Amino acid sequence: MNTDHILRSFDKALNKNENLILEMGGLVEQQLKEATRALKKEDAKLSKKVLLSHNNIREMEAKINASAIQVLALRQPVAMDLRNVIMSLRIAGHLERIGQYTKNMARRTHTITKADAFTGSISTLVRMSELVQDMIKSVLDAYNTLDTSIAEEVRGRDEDVDHMHNTLFRELLTYMMEDPKNISGAMHLLFIAKNIERMGDHTTEIAQEVIFMVTGEWPVEKRPKGDKTSRMIFGPEDLGADSDQSGS
Amino acid sequence: MAKQSKKKNKTVNPKLKNNIILSAKNVDVFYGKKQAINNVSFEIPENRITALIGPSGCGKSTFLRCFNRMNDIIDGCKVTGDIRFAGQDIYDPAVDVVSLRARIGMVFQKANPFPKSIFENVAYGPRIHGLAKSKDHLAEIVVSSLKRAGLFDEVADRLHDSGTGLSGGQQQRLCIARAIAVDPQVILMDEPCSSLDPIATAIIEDLMESMKKKYTIVIVTHSMQQAARISQKTAFFHLGDLVEFGDTEDIFMNPKKIRTQNYISGRTG
Repeated sequence: MNTDHILRSFDKALNKNENLILEMGGLVEQQLKEATRALKKEDAKLSKKVLLSHNNIREMEAKINASAIQVLALRQPVAMDLRNVIMSLRIAGHLERIGQYTKNMARRTHTITKADAFTGSISTLVRMSELVQDMIKSVLDAYNTLDTSIAEEVRGRDEDVDHMHNTLFRELLTYMMEDPKNISGAMHLLFIAKNIERMGDHTTEIAQEVIFMVTGEWPVEKRPKGDKTSRMIFGPEDLGADSDQSGS
Repeated sequence: MAKQSKKKNKTVNPKLKNNIILSAKNVDVFYGKKQAINNVSFEIPENRITALIGPSGCGKSTFLRCFNRMNDIIDGCKVTGDIRFAGQDIYDPAVDVVSLRARIGMVFQKANPFPKSIFENVAYGPRIHGLAKSKDHLAEIVVSSLKRAGLFDEVADRLHDSGTGLSGGQQQRLCIARAIAVDPQVILMDEPCSSLDPIATAIIEDLMESMKKKYTIVIVTHSMQQAARISQKTAFFHLGDLVEFGDTEDIFMNPKKIRTQNYISGRTG
């Protein structure tokens, strides 16, 4: 907000809440970055570290809940202040979910790295994760600067994440059909892909909440939905010439 | 569905256009040379509570008083524009101001019971307007008015005690009973709760909620929370302008004007 409250402690309370969201967002971003590096380097130690640090994110969420409820009880905010506080509760919830998916990603990375299981399509997974990391960074910028154009742009980017998920689904399925020994590792990778895809969805939700917070209206135009994996089915004939193993 | 439309029809007064009971069009009010209200136009729906909010000196009380010509008694006060009650121009020279004020009653910031008994406070209006056919009928009007104002149970055994002996909240409800006794259509309230404690305030607010079935209430209030709690329509005044008028939810959740947003959220500017 460009104008300040007459009662300065009100500004202080709202700023505290906003800073907690930004801090939590930074933490989530950082952990996703590390989880992705662990996947890329097949680093079991790093993935374990990410796994254990999820509690920090949960603590941040609890802090935001407490601070938002306190503002509601003591300040009775209205208009944009009210939207700001209510959206902070929702945004913290989405960030916590992203953190939870990151934790899951780290756990699966740890499992496949330890077991020396099949790993393929890692570079696509890493690119997908980097895309989501960029979205999280942008959406936090949008929250911080109240810039709805950035938030709109983040909504649009989720389609790219979905397309990558579709590609990965197909790729990993192909690996599994090629050799049943790949299945165990590929299944974990598929779940990681799904986790990242869900992170993209939560980030998009945050973008919508930022738009509502600033304008008081939910974006009407439905965001493009690109995840088609739930409608995909493949037989041997879909997998091309080198798929003779799956036919046997 | 049928039930709903039946219910809706019941509240619609066929004589009123779009259910609008009071309307103001291009209203200016001057105190001498100083303009207190600048070209205000808006419409107040029947059987609703409409709140007028704004900082001190914004003109909200001045505007409220235009609706029953209370400004007539202030020296140097000039009202121009078109103000209508149920379609009728209330500033028409042919209008009888006394009966207008019976149709559009008023409750003030400070409870002002007459230094008479509780009974006489309420009986006064019906008596001077000749509304009671008999002594029994008058007593009936007094009791039903006290009941509608939510005061009867508290004073039933001391109707002939002085009205000034009641507590602040009870005195204010006595004034509401007095306004109701002459069977008005509209009740104007000018900060009716500003000198009451939260419990007495809650009782009056609850009373207003139940009163809106029968009356239209226009309330001036300093408490934005009070406006948010009880009104269906809110008008925000600032420096004599009507800045924004709309559904109360919209005003408090997503005001369209920056001046409204700044005022209701406690900001400077």
